[in-house]
Amino acid sequence: MKNILILGATSAIAEAVARKMADRGDRFYLLARNKERLDTIASDLAIRGAKEVKVSTFDANDTASHQACLETAYSWLETIDVALVAHGTLGDQKESETDADYALQELQTNAISTISLLTHLANIMETQGKGTLAVISSVAGDRGRPSNYVYGTAKAAVSTFCEGLQARLYKKSIHVLTIKPGMVETPMTDGMDLPAVLLAKPEQVATDILNAIEKKKDLLYTPWYWKYVMMGIIHTPIKLFKKLNL
Amino acid sequence: MKMYGWGRYPVIDAEVISPSSEKALERLSLFQDNGSVTPRGLGRSYGDSSLGKHLVSSQRLNHMLSFDDESGVLHCQAGVSLSDILEVFVPKGWFLPVTPGTKHVTVGGAIASDVHGKNHHVDGCFGDHVMFLDIVTGNGKTVRCSPEEHPELFHATCGGMGLTGIIRSAAFRLKPIQSAFIDQITYKASNLDESLEQFERHADQPYSVAWIDCISRGNALGRSLLMTGRHARHGELSVHTSSGINIPVDMPSMLLNPFSIKAFNTVYYHKVRHQEVHSTVHYEPFFYPLDSIGNWNRMYGKEGFTQYQFVVPKAAGKQAMTSILKQIVESRKGSFLAVLKAFGQGNDNYLSFPEEGYTLALDFKIEQDLFSLLDTLDAMVLDYGGRIYLTKDARMSGTTFRKSYPKWEIFQKVREDFGTLHRFSSLQSQRLELDE
Repeated sequence: MKNILILGATSAIAEAVARKMADRGDRFYLLARNKERLDTIASDLAIRGAKEVKVSTFDANDTASHQACLETAYSWLETIDVALVAHGTLGDQKESETDADYALQELQTNAISTISLLTHLANIMETQGKGTLAVISSVAGDRGRPSNYVYGTAKAAVSTFCEGLQARLYKKSIHVLTIKPGMVETPMTDGMDLPAVLLAKPEQVATDILNAIEKKKDLLYTPWYWKYVMMGIIHTPIKLFKKLNL
Repeated sequence: MKMYGWGRYPVIDAEVISPSSEKALERLSLFQDNGSVTPRGLGRSYGDSSLGKHLVSSQRLNHMLSFDDESGVLHCQAGVSLSDILEVFVPKGWFLPVTPGTKHVTVGGAIASDVHGKNHHVDGCFGDHVMFLDIVTGNGKTVRCSPEEHPELFHATCGGMGLTGIIRSAAFRLKPIQSAFIDQITYKASNLDESLEQFERHADQPYSVAWIDCISRGNALGRSLLMTGRHARHGELSVHTSSGINIPVDMPSMLLNPFSIKAFNTVYYHKVRHQEVHSTVHYEPFFYPLDSIGNWNRMYGKEGFTQYQFVVPKAAGKQAMTSILKQIVESRKGSFLAVLKAFGQGNDNYLSFPEEGYTLALDFKIEQDLFSLLDTLDAMVLDYGGRIYLTKDARMSGTTFRKSYPKWEIFQKVREDFGTLHRFSSLQSQRLELDE
């Protein structure tokens, strides 16, 4: 039995991970914006085998509330074996191009709030001297692409931040896992015209995440082939890359 | 997006909306404007009953809401699959009250099709085990219905093919088991007479179904293997594992020709060497033999296939089955999978398929001259007072439907009363002239 904290617990990937953890009887503290959906997920996890589930609402963008919120979670869980940071939005890239405030809001939700949460969590983990910080970043952060570079910028910040945190906390035997999912069938990708073969199921991604946590991996591309797709994209020369419409 | 049912026929372009919560479902804009939508679960109905231009998918309404471990009553959202329920509850010693031949259907779909299983003759349909259900009707309002509360909406919804609204959640009773295994007995019957007699003789077995040969003629017409089963008392409460084999692409449909099918039939039938074989098998191969081959529907090639399932009343039984089966054998179009089952009594649901008698289900790959054969079969089925299963159907006429489902007018009245007519429809309801 492990004690699990999930931020953005209503996200499709987070929920898929939680279900697999519930199977083995874990204990959960779930944070998200929407109370109705949190309650539904809590009853579901309990029936599936979770030892205990506590939910609380929080707004990731209210950074002032983070510390208190995480401390409450910590005191309820007593130990945080795994903290999964999964909240986020895939904004409208076109809107970000004409509305600077909108672009900044996207950065706020997908990067600034995450950095704030991770800073507090890192300190909690340091105090307890163990634990795993699993952070959902994205392949989008690997290179700026015209289709989603604002989201990509935020995820690049998260990935870089995690890399630093990893090296800092490694010495304290705290595990930091950076998760870079490719395209996953979630509400985020609804309505996007994506080739079905490239669209992974949240359950598949969840299995990869659980394995990566178990094996204490530093970096996870999921599904696995994204590692090679992104290798190709990263190594495309800029002169060619800027002509593409990726 | 290209969408189709399990038979991959017909194929249409559709837009899919997948609400993330029950509130989001109630708030769908369709309840403000005048559009009509088609509810869809896992898309396992074979024909066009979950097809339409605007689909509302229950895929994200897949949460379990409460479970009472005294009574075994599970309340869950409509998008929870039977497979999911088995995974969670078999280890705790509970099983589905009724299950169709695949576990990859949703609870909402099982209710909308009022599915039956190998225990129909003792336990009836899925709907017979539903305590209540919550359904979003025409104006976006949720109505709770049960055999006692709004019974007319309940009886229209169970078996109602999604035409009375979108089911949000349902409560039904699971049944206790001591083992995940089934004590199975296989009996060999050398012709149709014997096959039907076997069902009579083993009616006390809770589960029974026969695999019937649709190729052999003359004295061997209707030879079969009857498989009966009951839940074992011993053995682990172990869950099924996901399937190993998958058919990733459409197979050339030429692979299925009368010769290959005949070879398959012969091998299958003669594999059972004795008149009676006892064995203990896990629930997975007993209930879901085809689930172990992912996407088996691709075996029929890219034109797709249709499954023809009819029931004829018990009184017409032997004569009806003999003449219909002869017609099928002579067409030389029969599939290698034909399933025969004796149904118990039907229920009060207006469009529920089963009635006391015999049902036969078999696949036909789609080809030009198939439809005239099926029309001929329809006429024979009607003559004997039978009907066709809506969940499998992709082509029956409105006239055939009205003749064989005499309660269709009551069904329409309920749709009108709850404002669901013209708001919930499907390619099937259009074809059957239920949207007029």
